[in-house]
Amino acid sequence: MTVATSAPSQPGRSAATRALVRGVGRDTWTLGLIGLLIALFVLTKMIQPTYGSSQVQNLATSILPLALAAVGQAIVVISGGIDLSLGSVMALTNVTAAALLVGQTPEMSVAVVIGVLLLGLVIGAINGSLVVLSRVPDIIVTLAMLFVWAGAALLVLGTPGGAAAPWMRPLTSGSFLTEWLPRALVVLLIFVGVVWLPLRRSRLGLSIYAVGSDRLAAFRSGVSVGQTKIAAYALTGLFAAAGGLALTAATGIGTPIPGPYTLLSVAAVVLGGVSLAGGRGGLLGPIIAVYVLSLVRTDLTFLGIDPNYSTVIQGVIMVGVVMVGAYLTLRRQRA
Amino acid sequence: MADLILEATGVVKNYGAVAALRGASLAVRGGEVHALMGANGAGKSTLVKILTGAVRPDQGTILVRGQQRTVHSPAAARRTGLMSVYQEPALIPDLSVRDNLILTQTPIDRFRSWVDELGVPDVDLNAPVRQLPLAVVRVLDLARALAIEPDVLLLDEMTAALPADLTERALDVVGRQRQDGRSVIFISHRMLEIAHLCDRATVLRDGETVGVVDVAPGAEDQIVSLMLGPLGVDPSSRAGASAARVAATIARESTPRLSVRKLDAGHKLHDVSFDMHASEVLGLFALEGQGQDELFGALSGAESPDGGSIEYEGKPVRFRHPADAIRRGIVYVPGDRALALLAQRSVRENVALPFSAKVRGWGFIDMPDEGRRVKGAIERLQIDTRAQSQVRRLSGGNQQKVVLARWIAGGLTTLLCFDPTRGIDIRTKAEIYQLVRDLAEAGAAVLLYTSEMEEIQRACDRVVVIFGGRVVDEMPASAADEATLLRAAHGLPPTGSVTNATAGEQSAAAAGT
Repeated sequence: MTVATSAPSQPGRSAATRALVRGVGRDTWTLGLIGLLIALFVLTKMIQPTYGSSQVQNLATSILPLALAAVGQAIVVISGGIDLSLGSVMALTNVTAAALLVGQTPEMSVAVVIGVLLLGLVIGAINGSLVVLSRVPDIIVTLAMLFVWAGAALLVLGTPGGAAAPWMRPLTSGSFLTEWLPRALVVLLIFVGVVWLPLRRSRLGLSIYAVGSDRLAAFRSGVSVGQTKIAAYALTGLFAAAGGLALTAATGIGTPIPGPYTLLSVAAVVLGGVSLAGGRGGLLGPIIAVYVLSLVRTDLTFLGIDPNYSTVIQGVIMVGVVMVGAYLTLRRQRA
Repeated sequence: MADLILEATGVVKNYGAVAALRGASLAVRGGEVHALMGANGAGKSTLVKILTGAVRPDQGTILVRGQQRTVHSPAAARRTGLMSVYQEPALIPDLSVRDNLILTQTPIDRFRSWVDELGVPDVDLNAPVRQLPLAVVRVLDLARALAIEPDVLLLDEMTAALPADLTERALDVVGRQRQDGRSVIFISHRMLEIAHLCDRATVLRDGETVGVVDVAPGAEDQIVSLMLGPLGVDPSSRAGASAARVAATIARESTPRLSVRKLDAGHKLHDVSFDMHASEVLGLFALEGQGQDELFGALSGAESPDGGSIEYEGKPVRFRHPADAIRRGIVYVPGDRALALLAQRSVRENVALPFSAKVRGWGFIDMPDEGRRVKGAIERLQIDTRAQSQVRRLSGGNQQKVVLARWIAGGLTTLLCFDPTRGIDIRTKAEIYQLVRDLAEAGAAVLLYTSEMEEIQRACDRVVVIFGGRVVDEMPASAADEATLLRAAHGLPPTGSVTNATAGEQSAAAAGT
């Protein structure tokens, strides 16, 4: 009946050091992913010696929509849900922005962008409210909403069209300060940081983790489970709208047919170390996972592998990484 | 009535056609520790849910300091001054202790001092709750509730899984709450704790408050008879009187039903040998983690032993799958009902599973035959079938009866029971003992592991004590008084006597040094 919870603190090892060691220890998954990413960059450079800063910039620009989608998906998965309508919400916000931005002044275009972000927030809150009020499982509600929002996107724009504001494309391409720091990555990190960091340590942020970790314990701890879930879905909608705007910026038009973002975002979330059971994980992991997934695809293209094989290989790599990760975690717990 | 801090009257709650509460009342004075008692299914947990705001009553009023109160969530209950500590800790496993405190807006300094008071020093606030031992998490949950300084603290089976030393300190701290004029509602199956700690007790039976008792020496009998009601089985009636007859049967039978020889399994079980005979209830007593889990795993076919042999009616057997054991009628009733039942399926399917959907067998199910056998077993065990479409909606005692019914309907020769009455009220307990006895009389061999010492004398003929993975003692149940069992379970020689058996293992350990 040992009840000691921690070894007596050793002299010479400050509390800060211990906190740091523990913090890193808890985030081994993210560290492992960063290692994998660096290895992939080295590999890419070996396969294609001309791969340089402009390719890194292009990569960051092209994956910005998926990275935002992955962040949004991660938030709702941490809260114990899943949002299958995310790709449709991206399409809807993408065409709404493109339709409204035609011939706008720069001032008005900023207002449109903010309005579209709010639209995403509202759409997410509607998804969340339906899940909470109907008590139908998340996966079914958001599967239904996938069709609703996809239809709404077609109502806004029947065919690809519209326009982006002239300032949007430069904002998400090129570099910042040094040619090796893509502007799209800076925009992504700032947006995620501004929205998530204040939340993470707040009661709402803790509640999102609490509801995903153990609903009953969260309820008994005084957390309003319904409101927390709605808030999590609303945040997911906000990031989906940001992803939709990134699509508008990248293509310069609106496309009403949803891209493959829903399932890719779930893949990035899983690879990024977020538990599909909820409660565990962060937002950095999924962002790195998006980079890993795209770099693998780039490498396979450089190697001249049939694109049909390369999706198979991508899938195998994903299962392999998650299996190895789970095995290492298990071994660490046993030790 | 100015000194009443909490008063619930005429509380009624129906779940469909099932009346969980018909007219419950509870009045708690300022500065008292008030026990809430009742057999499983008496409506205790429903009343708790109503008080904490998890469930809304259909009728009835709840007054706090004379003010009418309606709460719809534990958060709202807390604002009116009621904090609860549940059987399963309400700490979030994936958050650190500190984040849990922030989430519930708990003052950290007060929390720390309560944790020290409760005897768990050196808790790392940054550790994720998931990594802490369960006993520590329970203490932290209690410390958090104390730090919030509620007017009324509701403790629901808080001591159920605490080790003895921590239980003592927790009870001590809870008792001192009344010095500050705070009240405690205390729910426990352990009569000793009630007698030791509480001032008054409210007793529920069948959804109604049937009495409020001042807890004084001798009040236990009164509480028990209120809980049992007029139809109750006398819990102290024991069937062990047949011991002499059993001994005769054993002498006549040459081969034991099950022989265990030098069994070795996992890290904990080494060299265990004993015999089980037909028509006998063999008790098994051990402290936590002495290899009993591994023993039951090996006997029921869930785990392969590393060494030794098991003989069934004189022939060596090897179980590679529980189906191998079940085919010989060797069946297992685990302490955790969730390990045996399909919670979302009906009573009928749960009972019929082993014999209808034979493991490793295919083909159509003979429905009329299944129906007859299930019905027979349900009647025999008096299972309350009002909520039979989903087993998870039954009370714990009824769930355990379903597990037993399953094996009775399928036919058994050897019954392995692992703490079958854990968390079950005394009335159902008595019924289960009687059933086990009936099965033995009908020729079954029964192995009954229990963590409660008084059950050995009440339900068994003979007892084997395991310590450190080995059989250290064997005796007739009539000789197995609590002091003897406790000494044996600590690996002490059976000399001297432990006078205060209730003080837990410390006293026994102290006596040994």
